[in-house]
Amino acid sequence: MHAEPVPPATDLVIPPPETLLAMYETMLTMRRFDERVRDLTAAKSIPGYTHTYFGSEAIGAGVMAALAPTDWIASTYRCHGHAIAKGVALDAMAGEIYGRVTGTAKGKGGSMHVSDFDVGMLGAFGIVAAGIPVALGAALTAKRKGTGQVAVAFFGDGAVHQGVFHEGAGLAKLWNAPVILLCENNQYAEATAIEYHLNTETIADMACAYAMPAERADGMDVVSAYTAAKRAVERARSGGGPTLLELVSYRFSGQYEGDAQAYQPPEEMARWRERDPLVTFERLAPERGVSHDAIEVVAGRVDAAISAAFEAAERAPFPDPESLYDDVYVSYP
Amino acid sequence: MRELTIKDAINEALHQAMEADPDVILMGEDIAGGGGRDEHPGAMDAWGGPFGVTQGLATRFGRDRVMDTTIAEAGFFGAAVGAAMTGLRPVVELMYVDFAGVAYDQLLNQAAKVRYMFGGKQRVPMVVRTVVGAGFRAGAEHSQTLYSLFTHVPGLKTVAPSSAADAKGLLLTAIQDDDPVVFFEHKRLYMTKEHVPEEAVPIPFGKAKIVRAGKDLTIVAIQRAVQFAQEAAEALAVLGIDVEIIDPRTYSPLDESAILTSVAKTGHVLIVDESYPRCGLATDIAALIADQGFDSLKGPVKRLTAPHTPVPFSPPLEDAYLPLAPKIVAAARALLRA
Repeated sequence: MHAEPVPPATDLVIPPPETLLAMYETMLTMRRFDERVRDLTAAKSIPGYTHTYFGSEAIGAGVMAALAPTDWIASTYRCHGHAIAKGVALDAMAGEIYGRVTGTAKGKGGSMHVSDFDVGMLGAFGIVAAGIPVALGAALTAKRKGTGQVAVAFFGDGAVHQGVFHEGAGLAKLWNAPVILLCENNQYAEATAIEYHLNTETIADMACAYAMPAERADGMDVVSAYTAAKRAVERARSGGGPTLLELVSYRFSGQYEGDAQAYQPPEEMARWRERDPLVTFERLAPERGVSHDAIEVVAGRVDAAISAAFEAAERAPFPDPESLYDDVYVSYP
Repeated sequence: MRELTIKDAINEALHQAMEADPDVILMGEDIAGGGGRDEHPGAMDAWGGPFGVTQGLATRFGRDRVMDTTIAEAGFFGAAVGAAMTGLRPVVELMYVDFAGVAYDQLLNQAAKVRYMFGGKQRVPMVVRTVVGAGFRAGAEHSQTLYSLFTHVPGLKTVAPSSAADAKGLLLTAIQDDDPVVFFEHKRLYMTKEHVPEEAVPIPFGKAKIVRAGKDLTIVAIQRAVQFAQEAAEALAVLGIDVEIIDPRTYSPLDESAILTSVAKTGHVLIVDESYPRCGLATDIAALIADQGFDSLKGPVKRLTAPHTPVPFSPPLEDAYLPLAPKIVAAARALLRA
């Protein structure tokens, strides 16, 4: 039941071709970036844990396209795609993953914590669901100060069992906060399939406990993700309060790089590969006014940018050991 | 000279901080009370928290700034983190420190780490006010102190005032501070009175107070233990033992030099804390002295703490649990062989 494709968002809003191409470039950048991460992890060139975003590219690209640059997001340990779509510099991302001083956190964060506050990322949190109340807090600031900003908390399907999902949803509704609870339902909570862990039919169903508007839509088509997100953003920005948005994708990646994925049936994987966000985009491109030549041009540009970012990161120096002590506190006597 | 209780001093600090800065907001469970019954006379500010510490603030500043939350500590702790990062200065109330368990992740892994983990761009100017301490016959889940759970964590600051003037001045500092601060209020000290300046004068973190000067024995006393130590010092004075009492007031940062200077003067030290002994503040301070003050010691570094048990309910048991003055006197006499 859960593993079946989900219809696209209703009343699809198809952006102009140049916007569609920008979304494609974002998705392809995510894909190529994480392919490097995957390969470098396998080669043991990158230290520590890495998590790739394969399969959910349309969600990150579509949702971010519906946001203003000044809007906030809270991301997770599967953060590379969100960071790319929100506008974090590729050099700084690659530098962080390599633990270099040029990284977004000067090498203090690593792959799970690639984030840049300056482009509207509150953080990329390693604890499942932890970003939900943090995004709510940013929404509270926006509401109190009347800035018109919206905050989006990204989380996976496994996160809906965490207390802060429910506590955050309850408070978001109580405060009528301009926040979007954005569930990237990639159908696996670590190594557990959604059929096992979800009590309700859908994640969107859970919104009824909070009398919160909810929408469930295909997360493999960037236009579907964009349309659903746009509706939720407009609701939040116009004072209509929070939305629970469930966008359904499929996790082509393992839980982490190196996961043998023995729990994912190959035929299921193959079925969803046909709906790969990049494949879907290319299939629908002609009818949406995007030519294959234009796609080729984007692809060349993306490859060059990714290569440059990783080459720069490999050459970048490691942090000075003295910097270990920096940035624990703003001030400490 | 007007005197205020600790409870009223904290209330005054909150009034003054909110008056001075519109970005200061309060969140917590029934910090106003009466939510959903505003049409009922007496509903607004019906509680002010379980001890009435925040009473009057909702009436003065409105429910938009004095926000009664649901009973969802992790939810509103996390909201405070996000609000603090984006331009507000939330002061959240954790009704009893014993409830820290349900909210801890947001402090331990978010509030304390976002600055370091994301490259030094974030500031998290939030304050957690929380109630600690035994002596209310409140049982094992409403009586702990748990200072060390927070002091242990890099990125958090911890403050535990023992007097009204300190409570006011240190809370003002906590609210102005750009880092997350946990501010402990001892429920048995709320009604303790002293002169408190009317003006809003912040007291800097990391400066211990010499509560009583003496030459024979240093007692480092933590929050309510300052009161016990003062009683003990009177009794010891009669025996000719001249006690110096140090109240560190803040534990992260800790005024290490004040402690070491006093120990260098007296050569003897007793550390008193009503917390659990293992990995606690008393143990931490003992290690500091052993590490850096060893050469000035004329005897062992002595700790007097609660035992390694939960806080019991029955009055004689709870009294036996606490490091009350007679125990301090006995420990001091044993230490000085007097």
